[in-house]
Amino acid sequence: MQMPTPNPAVLARKADIVARLRAQLPADAVIDDPAETRAYECDALSAYRCMPLAVVLPRTTAEVAAALRICHAEGVPVVPRGAGTSLAGGSMPSQDAVILGLARMNAVLEVDYDNRFIRVEAGRTNLSVTGAVEGDGWFYAPDPSSQLACAISGNIAMNSGGAHCLKYGVTTNNLLGVTMVTMAGEVLEIGGPFCDAAGLDLLGVICGSEGQLGVVTEATLRILPKPEGARPVLIGYASNEVAGECVADIIRAGVLPVAIEFMDRPCIRATEDFAHAGYPDCEALLIVEVEGSEAEIAEQLGLIRQIAERHNPVEFREARTEDEARRIWLGRKSAFGAMGQINDYMCLDGTIPVSSLPLVLRRIGEMSREFGLDVGNVFHAGDGNMHPLILYNANKPGDLEKCEAFGAEILKLCVEVGGCLTGEHGVGIEKRDLMVVQFAPADLEAQMRVKDVFDPAWLLNPAKVFPLPASESRRAA
Amino acid sequence: MRPPCPVPVQPERTNVMRPETEAQLAEAIRDADGPLQIVGGGTRPVGAALDGAVLETGALRGITLYEPGALTLVVRAGTPLAEVEAAIAAEGQRLPFEPVRWGPVLGAAGDSTVGGVVAANVSGPRRVQAGACRDSLIGVRYVDGTGTVVKNGGRVMKNVTGYDLVKLLAGSWGTLGVLSEVSFKLLPAAGAQATLILPGLTAAEAVPALTAALGSPYDVSGAGWLPGVGAMIRVEGLAESVDYRAGRLAVLLARFGRVVDERDGSAALWRDLGEVAPFQGATGDLWRFSVKPSQAPSVIARLGYPVVLDWGGGLIWALVPEGVDARARAGAFTGHATRMRGQGPGAFHPEPAPIAALSAGLRAKFDPRGILNPGRMG
Ligand SMILES: Cc1cc2nc3c(=O)[nH]c(=O)nc-3n(C[C@H](O)[C@H](O)[C@H](O)COP(=O)(O)OP(=O)(O)OC[C@H]3O[C@@H](n4cnc5c(N)ncnc54)[C@H](O)[C@@H]3O)c2cc1C
Ligand SMILES: Cc1cc2nc3c(=O)[nH]c(=O)nc-3n(C[C@H](O)[C@H](O)[C@H](O)COP(=O)(O)OP(=O)(O)OC[C@H]3O[C@@H](n4cnc5c(N)ncnc54)[C@H](O)[C@@H]3O)c2cc1C
Repeated sequence: MQMPTPNPAVLARKADIVARLRAQLPADAVIDDPAETRAYECDALSAYRCMPLAVVLPRTTAEVAAALRICHAEGVPVVPRGAGTSLAGGSMPSQDAVILGLARMNAVLEVDYDNRFIRVEAGRTNLSVTGAVEGDGWFYAPDPSSQLACAISGNIAMNSGGAHCLKYGVTTNNLLGVTMVTMAGEVLEIGGPFCDAAGLDLLGVICGSEGQLGVVTEATLRILPKPEGARPVLIGYASNEVAGECVADIIRAGVLPVAIEFMDRPCIRATEDFAHAGYPDCEALLIVEVEGSEAEIAEQLGLIRQIAERHNPVEFREARTEDEARRIWLGRKSAFGAMGQINDYMCLDGTIPVSSLPLVLRRIGEMSREFGLDVGNVFHAGDGNMHPLILYNANKPGDLEKCEAFGAEILKLCVEVGGCLTGEHGVGIEKRDLMVVQFAPADLEAQMRVKDVFDPAWLLNPAKVFPLPASESRRAA
Repeated sequence: MRPPCPVPVQPERTNVMRPETEAQLAEAIRDADGPLQIVGGGTRPVGAALDGAVLETGALRGITLYEPGALTLVVRAGTPLAEVEAAIAAEGQRLPFEPVRWGPVLGAAGDSTVGGVVAANVSGPRRVQAGACRDSLIGVRYVDGTGTVVKNGGRVMKNVTGYDLVKLLAGSWGTLGVLSEVSFKLLPAAGAQATLILPGLTAAEAVPALTAALGSPYDVSGAGWLPGVGAMIRVEGLAESVDYRAGRLAVLLARFGRVVDERDGSAALWRDLGEVAPFQGATGDLWRFSVKPSQAPSVIARLGYPVVLDWGGGLIWALVPEGVDARARAGAFTGHATRMRGQGPGAFHPEPAPIAALSAGLRAKFDPRGILNPGRMG
């Protein structure tokens, strides 16, 4: 993985730049002591690290604008940061970049149940958005597994998903408006608590732009009344193919579960050893969750049972109590931790058409033998978003490179069968160089032109998303 | 009695192009030496007449991929909406956002194309539950103003690879590119539906009732008001579930007035609402307001003209005398207004200067010669 050579002119002026920031911002908002900036040298893709020039932690949109105006004038790259849980290196700095962290901007600004929205400062964590409304029976739907830590600003930048997005959609489907500051320091209000854009859907392209178009400081989010209840079932199968067929049949039958999760044998084994959730010993396991009143849950689960039994499951387990429901989810929720117990792992995030599931799992198994690295699969089966976890040993020379090569082959396979490189984690630096597998030069050019409009100097998170050779002339200009 | 539909005035068709492949479409745009009007469905008499050669998409037709088990559909942009709806209905599926036909109320003949639906980001009553057209759209192929073919998104439901130009193209009214192919995620069609009607309520009185319904856990899939009918609240799904939720909602809504549980006529009511049937053939200009729902009663009061409500009051259709600036008359509100039928400038909502500058910047990048529907979005 390469990063561009840091701008020597910026590095040379570090002291001046920090002094200018200090002059405009509160004393504690600017950090340049390496002991403190070290916490910002990486995100959750911790194999890659780099110390930033400085870190700015503003408390208001006006302070964000002030910091950006200075960086803009000085030609300093800026890397926006929420909570730093990106798995793609999205918030990893470069040596010549200022980290602009939203952690101190976490207030709830407005809760409006009549119009079904909440407005928050964008540094607020995902879970605490729901926390602000759940006492009144409401929730914010997108629920990434990292929701305890990750910030709404990172969710917006990555267009993050969650286990329940089969029914409720991902971030972009639940985002109504943002306050965003451009690299030049201009404050924009985009969207709001009403439907659809008046003109072009700028909000739609800002969401998922990985911190490259502007710094989001506030967000208006759709909130929903909580369903009356929810219940999972666990279905075990003797083959991946049959489990895949069962998923397709459930979807075709007109039941819309809120979640359909899939785990393969290596993953089931690892989680069983780790979490003792009591999962059956089988090739493939589905967790299907439905929502509604008691009667509605019973009606949907009745249908799902009928479909599942047509495919001869080795197990069909319906949660009858809260505790049984918790145990069904326990293994799935600890899957990453369980794999991490065995070894270091890399988590992939490609999406495939659901129909290609058996083929892709078979090919991954073959590649696992070719590369000599173990892999487990957990999978949002309803929408085809895969999370192969490749195990490697970070202390063994060459293992990380081998793991990355294996990962790249899996992602190429995802594209080959009609899918994509990333379903929810984003491109960042991790998949940047694979973009040419999925996109023709003209496709990338069209995207880069959008950045040209929002950030003509290419100072915001410039070395991400696009292959370095493709963006080079723009970054150099 | 409604006056008959105005007869569509056919624009003079001196120069009409009708590419049959994406490559031909790209060639037509590359070779264009002046403005192009992009036409999906056919006869289009409404809105400020545009100059230039006509580029029809109707020959870019047909479903390229349909996987019912994956709830995904890929279709050429010129395909009639009806053709798409029939194909997926045969598998018990539907477009989540409930596309509506505005042809009748706008006085246009012919059927919408899927490309036109996407270019206008047209969504029906189910938008309150299932999102807008842009939320179901998972991929596009289009030709930009230089004649270059671009793809974005794809055929899978979850995809964050690169920027989301899919959303940007939805609702761009053909000013950023001409769509050649679009992909949607689909939903299973509901087995049953019920509509609760509160016949006694005026439009303004309906809003709190719609708000209460949308704030309940009963998964409401439509919340509107039709003159002569009253407030309408829809639930859809498996039969027993529909019974249950309709029952609970009837109890919840009783405090707003008499509640009628309509089953047989339910589907027709929502078609009427989506197509704004009460204003079909009526004379006057037609305006469409998107507002913060709680502001609907005051906007309706200030307008003082006949209205139809959808999206829990967040969408207001208003029939106003010709030439009246309904946007100005509505006073201050959070949202935007579009004149859907009527003459003169100002059909689209004016944007604040910095937003307008970004939009103009994007158009200049996508269509540097300014030949795609120039002026369509004001
Ligand atoms: C254990 C674990 C589980 C995870 N599970 C999921 C999951 O289920 N689903 C999922 O989608 N993701 C998941 N993730 C990935 C990650 O949590 C998400 O990408 C999350 O949205 C990142 O949020 P953050 O606040 O940590 O962002 P950061 O890592 O700080 O930043 C992410 C990106 O957002 C940009 N950004 C941050 N703040 C701003 C701002 N104010 N303005 C503009 N751009 C900004 C950054 O520049 C960067 O490109 C998981 C990660 C971990 C470690
Ligand atoms: C201000 C305004 C004016 C409207 N004018 C009309 C009208 O004149 N006639 C009408 O029936 N409905 C109109 N509508 C409603 C809406 O366009 C229709 O409900 C539906 O989109 C019609 O589909 P169509 O295939 O007939 O598209 P068209 O009416 O042919 O096109 C709708 C819009 O999409 C563009 N478009 C069509 N196909 C493509 C494509 N493949 N790629 C890119 N852009 C494309 C057109 O240039 C036009 O701007 C209007 C709405 C508004 C807000």
